[in-house]
Amino acid sequence: MSKSERPNQLFRNLNAKVASIPMILTALVVFVGGTAWTVLYSFTNSKLLPRLNFVGLDQYYRLWSTPRWLVSIENLLIYGVLSLVFSLVIGFVLAALLDQKIRFEDTFRTIFLYPFALSFIVTGLVWQWLLNPDFGIQHVVRSLGWESFSFNPLYDSSIVIYGISIAALWQGTGLIMCLMLAGLRGIDEDIWKAARVDGIPMWKTYLFIIIPMMRPVFITTLVIIASGIVKVYDLVVAQTSGGPGIASEVPAKYVYDYMFFAQNLGQGFAASTMMLLSVMIVIVPWAYLEFGGRKRV
Amino acid sequence: MSDQAVSLPPATIGREALGPRGPKPRHTFSRRNIFLYGTLIVVALYYLLPLYVMVVTSLKGMPEIRLGNIFSPPLEITFEPWVKAWSQACTGLNCDGLSRGFWNSVRITVPSVILSIAIASVNGYALANWRFKGADTFFVILIVGAFIPYQVMIYPIVIILREIGLYGSLSGLVIVHSIFGMPILTLLFRNYFSSMPEELFRAARVDGAGFWGIYLRIMLPMSLPIFVVAVILQVTGIWNDFLFGVVYTRPDTYPMTVQLNNIVNSVQGVKEYNVNMAATILTGLVPLIVYFISGKLFVRGIAAGAVKG
Repeated sequence: MSKSERPNQLFRNLNAKVASIPMILTALVVFVGGTAWTVLYSFTNSKLLPRLNFVGLDQYYRLWSTPRWLVSIENLLIYGVLSLVFSLVIGFVLAALLDQKIRFEDTFRTIFLYPFALSFIVTGLVWQWLLNPDFGIQHVVRSLGWESFSFNPLYDSSIVIYGISIAALWQGTGLIMCLMLAGLRGIDEDIWKAARVDGIPMWKTYLFIIIPMMRPVFITTLVIIASGIVKVYDLVVAQTSGGPGIASEVPAKYVYDYMFFAQNLGQGFAASTMMLLSVMIVIVPWAYLEFGGRKRV
Repeated sequence: MSDQAVSLPPATIGREALGPRGPKPRHTFSRRNIFLYGTLIVVALYYLLPLYVMVVTSLKGMPEIRLGNIFSPPLEITFEPWVKAWSQACTGLNCDGLSRGFWNSVRITVPSVILSIAIASVNGYALANWRFKGADTFFVILIVGAFIPYQVMIYPIVIILREIGLYGSLSGLVIVHSIFGMPILTLLFRNYFSSMPEELFRAARVDGAGFWGIYLRIMLPMSLPIFVVAVILQVTGIWNDFLFGVVYTRPDTYPMTVQLNNIVNSVQGVKEYNVNMAATILTGLVPLIVYFISGKLFVRGIAAGAVKG
């Protein structure tokens, strides 16, 4: 401030810069700094406290030879494919049904979307109760006379992740439906008229004309679903706490447990870096397509 | 299903006398409608079922739950589970019910919503109207940062909060919520302010208004709808948060979701399913009320946050 002959470049627009300090700090310190810090410390053997004692890729070798991590990854893949496929299909079909100029559209939409307002904790606990083998769906069907009926996902380690996916789909498909509906509403009415004039059956119009036209909506939705999948944590904690045994563990829970319970920070950092890597694999190509393309226009 | 409606020969199109729409008047109970509404109603029932079971279970006594069927309506309605969930349910050694978590959540949500929206709206305004060199770079970092799994940044934030002495306190959690709410809210406000007429801003500048003057006297009063959208987004998001609550608070400052999980999933004692379900509804009640009151604005909020991204 002392050597000012003409307004310095730094002080132009000063108010805006001051007002943006929280954003700049968040972007640089937390997002960039925090991420770099975690990645850096994932190469150390930090236990209870973070220490810069580098051990190369040891934590990663250990990570990939830990059965619990492998189970977590496998679960995440199954959960991911199920959520991706089913929420896209169900979301789109529901949106297409709601788009038929039906009555009570608002009522139906309100019903399909309300689970999205609930937290994963609430969702997990409700479904834990519904899938309870002694009182829930299995019990009810058996008491109707079908004694051998078995539907007990939460206590059967081979299918427990499907039980979690059911709850996740119940909670999340409403959002996908809303996004798809917004996409469908953005399609020009004339396209429909043209297809009708040409005598193309409705399902064909959807499959070969409308869906390709909705590509941007699908891509955004895909990114949203994918980034949600990696973060799945509370739902598992509430519904099964990772059990039975380690059958429903997920990576996010592995990270949390190693950081705050097992006091093995290095493992936690390595696992979270792997999570970051998997997100990057999805996000980077998308960001490149989305923003790289926009610059040229 | 509905392709019969479409497959009329093109000859009908020529006859203008019939109007452009062709064979519109159809039976209310056509096969198409039965299929359409049938599917929608079945799906709607499926979506409503968990809510129904929650409410029904919470109104039954334990003996009735043990004997009966989770779908049957209560024979004898009792509100005792609700009272117990609110004021007597135990987590660890504390037996003062969910009310403590509720008030903690209120004390977390209210300041977090205000602070995060204040910061993000000013950011969005600066980005839309007062671009400075490098502003867009920070914005892109912010948006990309929104996709980084929280687990990557949890521990560095623990260290930062510990350094400034806020680790474990409610204010610390408020800061965390403001940080992680920033990307989506900034995007929301930036897009909204960018869509406002540029002349408005220019005229105010000519009249001598500065950065804060324009924000407070022109932008703020004109953008109430987007503030409402942001409030809805943040109230539900922060109220439903679990991860940050469990990481950055202590047992006596746990938000409602964390306490609920501890009550329901505690291993000691006899499981009281009716109390658990009452507690679950109580926790879900705030976002549900926000959802049902806000209606279309809620949809707009998530759509603005999602599709625009």
